[in-house]
Formats: sequence, structure tokens, C-alpha cells
Amino acid sequence: MRPVVALLLFASLALAACQREERDTRPQSALGSGEQPTPVTTLEPGGQRPAPTDNKAASFEANAFHLSEGKRLFGWFNCSGCHANGGGGMGPALMDEKWIYGSSMESIHATIRDGRPNGMPSFRDKIPDDQIWELAAFVRSLSGNAPSSAAPSRNDDMMAHPSENRMPDAATLGKSP
Amino acid sequence: MKQATQTAVFCGDPARTDLPAASRKYLGVLTAMLLTCVPLLTAASEAPPAPAISPPAAAAPPDDGQWTMPAKNYASTRYSELAEINEGNVKNLQVAFTFSTGVNKGQEAAPLVVGNTMYIVTPFPNIVYALDLSKPGAPMKWKYEPNPEPAAQGVACCDVVNRGAAFADGRIFFNTLDGHTIALDANSGRPIWNAHIGNINIGETITMAPLVVKGKVLVGNSGGEMGVRGWVKALDAGDGHIVWTAYNTGPDKDVLIGPDFKPHYEMDKGKDLGVTTWPPEAWKIGGGNMWGWISYDPDLNLIFHGTGNPGPWNPDLRPGDNKWTSGIFARDPDTGAAKWFYQWSPHDLHDYDGINEQVLLDMNWHGKPRKVLVRPERNGYLYVLDRATGEVLSAKPYGPVNSSKGVDLKTGRLVENPDKLTGTGKVVRDICPTASGLKDWQPSAFSPKTGLLYIPHNNLCMDEEGVEVNYIAGTPYVGMNVRMIPGPGGNRGAFTAWDIAAEKPAWSLKENFPVWSGAVVTAGDVVFYGTMEGWFKAVSAKTGDLLWQFKTSSGIIGQPITYRGPDGHQYVAILSGVGGWAGAIVSGDLDPRDATAALGFVNAMKDLKNATTAGGTLYVFRLP
Ligand code: HEC
Repeated sequence: MRPVVALLLFASLALAACQREERDTRPQSALGSGEQPTPVTTLEPGGQRPAPTDNKAASFEANAFHLSEGKRLFGWFNCSGCHANGGGGMGPALMDEKWIYGSSMESIHATIRDGRPNGMPSFRDKIPDDQIWELAAFVRSLSGNAPSSAAPSRNDDMMAHPSENRMPDAATLGKSP
Repeated sequence: MKQATQTAVFCGDPARTDLPAASRKYLGVLTAMLLTCVPLLTAASEAPPAPAISPPAAAAPPDDGQWTMPAKNYASTRYSELAEINEGNVKNLQVAFTFSTGVNKGQEAAPLVVGNTMYIVTPFPNIVYALDLSKPGAPMKWKYEPNPEPAAQGVACCDVVNRGAAFADGRIFFNTLDGHTIALDANSGRPIWNAHIGNINIGETITMAPLVVKGKVLVGNSGGEMGVRGWVKALDAGDGHIVWTAYNTGPDKDVLIGPDFKPHYEMDKGKDLGVTTWPPEAWKIGGGNMWGWISYDPDLNLIFHGTGNPGPWNPDLRPGDNKWTSGIFARDPDTGAAKWFYQWSPHDLHDYDGINEQVLLDMNWHGKPRKVLVRPERNGYLYVLDRATGEVLSAKPYGPVNSSKGVDLKTGRLVENPDKLTGTGKVVRDICPTASGLKDWQPSAFSPKTGLLYIPHNNLCMDEEGVEVNYIAGTPYVGMNVRMIPGPGGNRGAFTAWDIAAEKPAWSLKENFPVWSGAVVTAGDVVFYGTMEGWFKAVSAKTGDLLWQFKTSSGIIGQPITYRGPDGHQYVAILSGVGGWAGAIVSGDLDPRDATAALGFVNAMKDLKNATTAGGTLYVFRLP
């Protein structure tokens, strides 16, 4: 009997030691939150203001569940219709190193929420705020900006490009600076 | 004998006599006439009389040296009777002048020439320029900026192109990407009326060139990738009010199907097929847009226009024949009433829009004189239809086709290849032609001298995977992952001269990239077209031999035209500036690492960024 108890004890200790990813089983569904204004330029007369940050940004970006959800929603809300699987079409490429309105989580969140003048629709009141963060996190992963420890789920569809966590960082194209 | 009569037509062109009467110019014209007539006469005495194929005179009046609509005439021949530039001297062509449009997007428009003025319309923001051809360097006479909604750029499926303007009764008519049709005074550029007929918030845009018929401006909408219901409208040329609207899906009363409607085939007969051949309500978001070409036969009093692909692309979401998409209508221009309809691709599986040009010709078909309509269709077949009835006389592939196995001439139905059926969750490989078709919008040209149709086209195949898609108004409604690859032989484009009477190609030229430009052919037996690398080429209409080429600043996807300038000499004009669906990788700076970018076209165009850059320049050539 004893060895069994010891084994159970050990197993429970070992499991407890694993850091469980925290996951909101029911993401915040409120529409239209996250009103933090996000500048679309880095040019500021006289000097730099600190970039606005939203504490949701980091928690959504480093989270594989949110990345996977973002990937699902990217098809669900027809983002893929305009941006393809990141290479672009009616809308610009999202997997390259070029950003019109900024590459930060906050900027991308604002892009999706408020739209952009040359044809990016505003999804305010169509997509719940947390899902916008999930989309923003996935968009960043397209250009290799997500931490390599977190990745969206694998592609079940026709191979469009290598999986997101194997994409080199678009800014450096995989070369160390 | 027939050849000789034709010769007489070419020499005795009445338009030539009302030239500016300065004697020097007259001499030049005389020489030009001699040059055309002499070889023709010898040809007539030697060669056996070729079967005469020519456009109906009412739809293709004698050439006056102008170019007032993109297709040249109502028969859409894109044939010019000018012959100063010919097979022998075309190698001497030189740049006469150039002009920057100031817009670096795909330049698909045909310039127009009316009197001493050239008119061009740019891609979004759809600026119209008038250039004074009577002054050295063709300075700008006026420009008009309609300032369309910038947001329209996001709902234009395949670059923000415009296919040109049309001239009639002292006015220039053109469409803007954000859904306006505008009439300008051709002399001053002053706007006369502005009709807002498209709604970008449901994904509707306008890219086509209007056609003016009997005081009506005919316009159709784009948006087949956004679940937009297709229509054609006739606007009054005088004040822009809507005279009639014909939808291409929905109940008969919306489609303007009434007692006059007599389709040739059983499959197109029945009540409200535009509703019953769809799942409930699906026709409301079912596409069938009209963004291509319209022809007009004044004798039959019929206009002919195609209809675009059904939406979404994934066919599993719309069981049924999906009337009246991917087909062609003959309509009464006065009322819009449908006379007949034929469906090229019932229940389309591959985005085979049916909106290409229709060339109207009169010819002997198997011994009987027939009024025909020739259509190089996106699904890969060169159709010859009886344009009075809609009966298919011939449908032969003009390039590699495996998505279907032919057209059943009894039922009129396309015979699908069961191996290439697309649907949700399955990847079907090597489907030829692609969603962009064996030929897309790029219009062909017909020469009555050779009886050949000059077809600029693609040679591509694709893999397709149907996926689920939600309809969200104003966003894409496609439901298909697509990945295109070069077709058999590896050349992604071809330029084919099709012998209409013999139902087979006379010759075909390979091009590295899809030939996304239009064509023009002249009585000098020269054919002009452009390549996506930027070469503007002149080839022999008889043999296809390359006679001359000039490298422009950007890839060419425009429509060449030729005209007689104020000095009495022949000029050739083309807009250079890569883009369109095929060139979106460059004009939209798309990422080639995503095989599905630009609805899969990018995968076949990965190297285009190394071959050309975006641009927007008019080039005009003449002999020294
Ligand atoms: C109707 C087409 C369309 C849809 C649908 C669409 N986009 Fe866009 N998107 C665009 C266009 C066009 C732009 C460029 C806007 C501009 O330049 O002003 C853009 C811009 C963007 C940008 C900014 C890129 C940059 O370089 O700064 C991001 C991020 C983005 N979209 C993400 C999304 C996401 C996520 C979705 C789905 C929720 C989506 N888009 C849906 C057309 C679309």
C-alpha cells in the first residue's frame, strides 16, 4: 500500500509544481471597452510621450489559448477575406514588417476596434473587446512577433505558409540584428 | 470575290475623305491608303477567298480615327482601320509623348480620343485628365477629381482599378470606385451630373467602363467577393436618373424577365429561377455582378452583358444552379427586358465570372449566314453563340481546361469534371483554369482582315479548399482557400490568335506572366498588347512574329488604342502601371510567403516584385 500512497503524493506534488496557464473560461463579453486612445504616429513635437499601454496586451499575447482563439476568429469575422492568411489582398499584408498604424498590441487593437480610413472596417460593437485582444495577439503572431513559447493551434487547412511560431520575426527576417 | 469587296471597303473608307484638308496631310493619307490597298489587292488575286467574317455595320461604323469607347465600337472589335503603321514600318515606332497619371495602382483603362483631345481615367481616386493633342507634348486641358470615399479601397476585391470612360454627345461618362456615375462636359471638365448608385457599406464598388446606348449610360456593380447582389442600371445620359435596373438574381420582376424572355435551353426556362435555384434567401447575397463588358446590336436592338460568379465561392453553401450568375443576358436597351439568357457555368465551382467581352460578328456558320456573338469565356471555352437566340454553335477550349469536359451542345450545359468538384473541407488540386480563368476581363480584338480573334490570356492552375464563411455585410464572402500555380508548360500567360471559322488557334505566343492587358489590331496587320514586365509589343496579325517592342516603366495591364492625331498621322497609346488582381502583389505590396494572398493569385506571381514596380504612365507612340 505504502508505495502507492507515496507515488500519489509525488504525482500530486509534481502536478502542483506545473505552472498552469491562467485562462478565463468566460472572457469579458462587453463591447466597446478599451477606449485608450492610441496614436498612429511616433512623431511628437518636442519629444516622446510614453506609449500608452493596456494591461490586457501582455496577458493576451503570451497565451496560446488566446492566440488560437484569435486565429479562429480571424476566419470567423472574415479578416481572412481581406488579409488572406496574412499575405494580404484587399487589405495590406499583416505578416510583413511594414505597419501603417503601428505594430503594438494597443495599436492593432485600436485598428480593429475603430477601423482605418483606407478601407479597414470598424468592428466596434461587432466583436467583444476580449476577442479583439485575441485577434490582435494573433495578428502579431503572423509576423513572428508572438513569443515562441506560445503559438496558435496548428493549421488544419490547406498549407498557406509555415505555422506562425515558425515564422521568422518579419522585422529581422530571422537574422540576428 | 468576297476578299475583293472587303478590299474595297478598306480603300473606300469615307471617313478618310473628311480629313483635315491640308494637302501635305492628304498626301500622307494617300500613301497610307496605297500601302494598305496594294498588298491587299495582290493577296486577293492570289489567295482563295477566305470566309468573310465582319462585324455588323450598324455596330461598327467606318473608322473616323477617334476612339470614343474602350471597345472601339458597339461590336467590341477593338479593330482600327488605320494602316499608316503596318507590319513593315512598326519597328520604327517612337515615343511621341508620355504623361504621369500620378496614381501607382493598376492602370486597366483605355484612353479615349475625341477630336483633338485624349481622356484618361485613373484607378482610385479616379481622376479624369483631358490632354490637348493639338499642342506639342499634349499638355493638360483640364482635370477632374471626384474625391471618392477612401474607404472604398478596402472593399474592392482585386486592386482599385477602373476600366475606362465613355464619350457620347459632348460628355465624358465614368464610374468611381465608391459607386458614383459621373457625367462631365468634355470641353471644360465641368461636372453635369453625379449619380450615387453603389453602397460601399455592403461591399459594392464600380470598376467597369460604362457604355452609352441610345441616350442611356449602362453601368453594373462589382462585389462578387462580398456577397453583393449583381445589377445593371441604365441611367439617363441627360440628367443621370435611373431609367431601369435589372438584377441578376432574385424574382423575375427584379431580373426584368417578362413575356419577351425566350431562352434557348430548357435549363434556363421556368418561373423565378433566380429564387428557386438557390437555398432560401441566398440569392440576396448571391453575387452575379456585372463589372465587365457590354456590346450592343442596333439592328436587333439588343445589348449583351455577362453576369459574374455566384457568392460565396464555396459551392456547398449554395446548392442549385444559382441563376442568373456566370451567364449572359440579351436585353432590350430601352426597357432592360431580358430576351434570352445562357449560363456558361451553372452552379459555378471555381469563381468563373461570366463578364468577359462579347464580339458581335456576322458570318457563315456551316453554310448558313448567322449573326453570332463570340466570347472567350473565363471557364476556358471559346463560345460562338447565335446572338438572336442564345444558341451555342461552338464551344472549344482555347487553352488547358480540366475543370470541365466540354459543353453539351444539346442541353447547352457545361459538363463538369467529377474529379475537380470543390467543397467544404477538401483540397482539390490542379484545377485548370484558375479562379481568374483562362481569360479574365482583359479584352480581345478581332480583325476582319484575318478572321482571327486575338486573345490575351492566362495559363494557370490552382488548388482549392472550401471553408466555412459567415456573411457579414461589407466584408468578403468567399469561403475558399486558393493557391495558384503556373499552368502546363510553365508560361503563366499566352497570347492566342483564334481562327473563329476553323474553331482552332492559328498561332499562340507564350508569355512568362499572365497577359493581363487588352489587345488592339489594325488594318496595318499589327496587333498590340502589353506584358506584366512592362513590354509593349507589336506582333504580326498574320503570324504572331514579334515586330517591335518597347519597355515601359511598369507592368502593362491596360487597353491599347490607336487613333489619328490632329496632324493626320496614326498614333498608338497605352497606359503602363501594374496591378489588377494579377498584379496586386506589386500594387498592394502583398507578401508572397502566403500562398493564399490576393485570393491565391500571389502564389503564382511570387517573382513579379523582382520584375517590375508600381507605376502609372501614359505612353503614346508614332512613326518618326
Ligand atoms: C473589407 C476588408 C477588410 C476586412 C474585413 C478587414 N480588414 Fe483589416 N484592413 C483592411 C484595409 C484596406 C486596411 C488598410 C487601411 C488603411 O491603410 O487605412 C486594413 C488594415 C488592417 C490593419 C493595420 C495594418 C497596418 O499596417 O497597420 C490590421 C492590424 C488589420 N487590418 C487587421 C484586421 C483584422 C484583425 C480584421 C478582422 C477583424 C480585419 N483587419 C478585417 C481591410 C480589411
